[in-house]
Amino acid sequence: MSSILEIIGPSMIGPSSSHTLGAMRISKFAYNLVGSTPQKAIFYLHGSFQDTYIGHGTGLALIAGLCGIPTDDPRVSKANEIAKHIGFEYEFKSVDLGNVHPNTVKIVTYKDNVHHEIVGSSIGAGRIVIISIDSVECELDGEYPTLLIENKDVPGALSSIIRIISINGTNIAKLYLNRESKYLKLANTVVELDSEVPNSTIESLKMLDVVKTVMYVKPI
Amino acid sequence: MNVNSFSELVEIAEKTNVSLDKVVLHWEMLDTGEAPEKIIEETSKLLAVMEEEYKLNEGKTFKTLVGLTGTNSKKMLDHLTNALIGKTAFTAAMIAVNMAESNAAMGRIVACPTGGSSGVMPGVLLTLEKIGVERQKLVSGLIVAGAIGKIISKRASLSGAESGCQAEIGSATAMAAGAAVHATGGTPKQVANAAALSLKSLMGLVCDPVGGFVEVPCVKRNASGAVIALLFSDMAKAGVESVIPFDEVAEAMGKVGRMMPESLRETGKGGIADTPTAKMIVQKLSNRFKL
Repeated sequence: MSSILEIIGPSMIGPSSSHTLGAMRISKFAYNLVGSTPQKAIFYLHGSFQDTYIGHGTGLALIAGLCGIPTDDPRVSKANEIAKHIGFEYEFKSVDLGNVHPNTVKIVTYKDNVHHEIVGSSIGAGRIVIISIDSVECELDGEYPTLLIENKDVPGALSSIIRIISINGTNIAKLYLNRESKYLKLANTVVELDSEVPNSTIESLKMLDVVKTVMYVKPI
Repeated sequence: MNVNSFSELVEIAEKTNVSLDKVVLHWEMLDTGEAPEKIIEETSKLLAVMEEEYKLNEGKTFKTLVGLTGTNSKKMLDHLTNALIGKTAFTAAMIAVNMAESNAAMGRIVACPTGGSSGVMPGVLLTLEKIGVERQKLVSGLIVAGAIGKIISKRASLSGAESGCQAEIGSATAMAAGAAVHATGGTPKQVANAAALSLKSLMGLVCDPVGGFVEVPCVKRNASGAVIALLFSDMAKAGVESVIPFDEVAEAMGKVGRMMPESLRETGKGGIADTPTAKMIVQKLSNRFKL
């Protein structure tokens, strides 16, 4: 259920909540995942994003998101100049991502030889769904601090992860566990939290035997 | 508290003698858990964005993304003293166009309730502010507008892609009319009447942007929304009632939206977008604008 503040707002950069604000929020999610502006990114535009990329400023919004510009900052309209100034390289390509929402983009980021792939859809009124991160399927709206964990597919793995998260009194809002490979005994755990976690929690998670990698994404 | 109709909110306000904006704040707290003080604070910030942006943009021309609009609010400001419709109404129209042109030029706006219809509410509220309505009353008007919009979103939709322009400019106009009545001391019933009359007069309006861009006819429809909102605010305060209650009008708007063919729901394929001139414009733009 929408709140009245969502009805009479938000304050944003025009012209379109789904083609400008939504696009920007997907890109901002990618920025939060990388932790800063990457050296390079490729934006693969699917469906109507290919048509709105200039006329609705979808392209500038995507660049602005990865530059870390706030969603209602007037500098969004000059995001291309800001990117040039800070040395952020980008490219736009068209793509057919198959049976996904018409307003969908795949963002591939490159920073210090690490690359990430985020696929997100803008589903209206500025709301988004991140449907895949580094090829792991998910369904995130970017509203919660999120832990993305690759862990061993063994008994007790999930309970030790949850124990570490809960030690500091952090409450879990939503939790997904997907087996990645039965053969490799690997799984992916996605945890959406009610509050941000301290660095020490992330470090403790990384030290667990059952945990392979941990990524932490702040809310948009 | 399971209140799903505007008439219930009006009834509670009348029975308890508590002002409508306070009833809305309590309703909202029970629905979303948000504290009334917090909502007032955030609403005041949204009004501040409207005020700041208009102050920044008054008398300006805009370089919009597609370039089909951008000079109209300046022309209207220059014409203000000659306006046959009266200075107040024409000011509202001029501010609405100013905000809508700023929106098309990637300016900062308040999506109240959407980007394409973001000129209507500031057109009305900032005009009331100019003629001396207290700021705090404008904030409470905006809160009441939020409830009008929320009821529309429950019973119909606020999206042009779902229900046509009646859901965007139509809803914005109903919200602004209600806000104006409340901010200028009208009764809860008059708020409901102003919203109903506004939404009825824009019932069936299609979403037909040329090339799919938020410029033609969107920008100028914001002007008509602002003026219609003032008109029905005045009519409601004069005692004119809507025969059909607001809740039913909202429901009907949703039904009309579901009957609309896709070509008239933000696809840029029907209505104004389907005229020879629009097609010629799109032809010229398409090479520049498609990835």
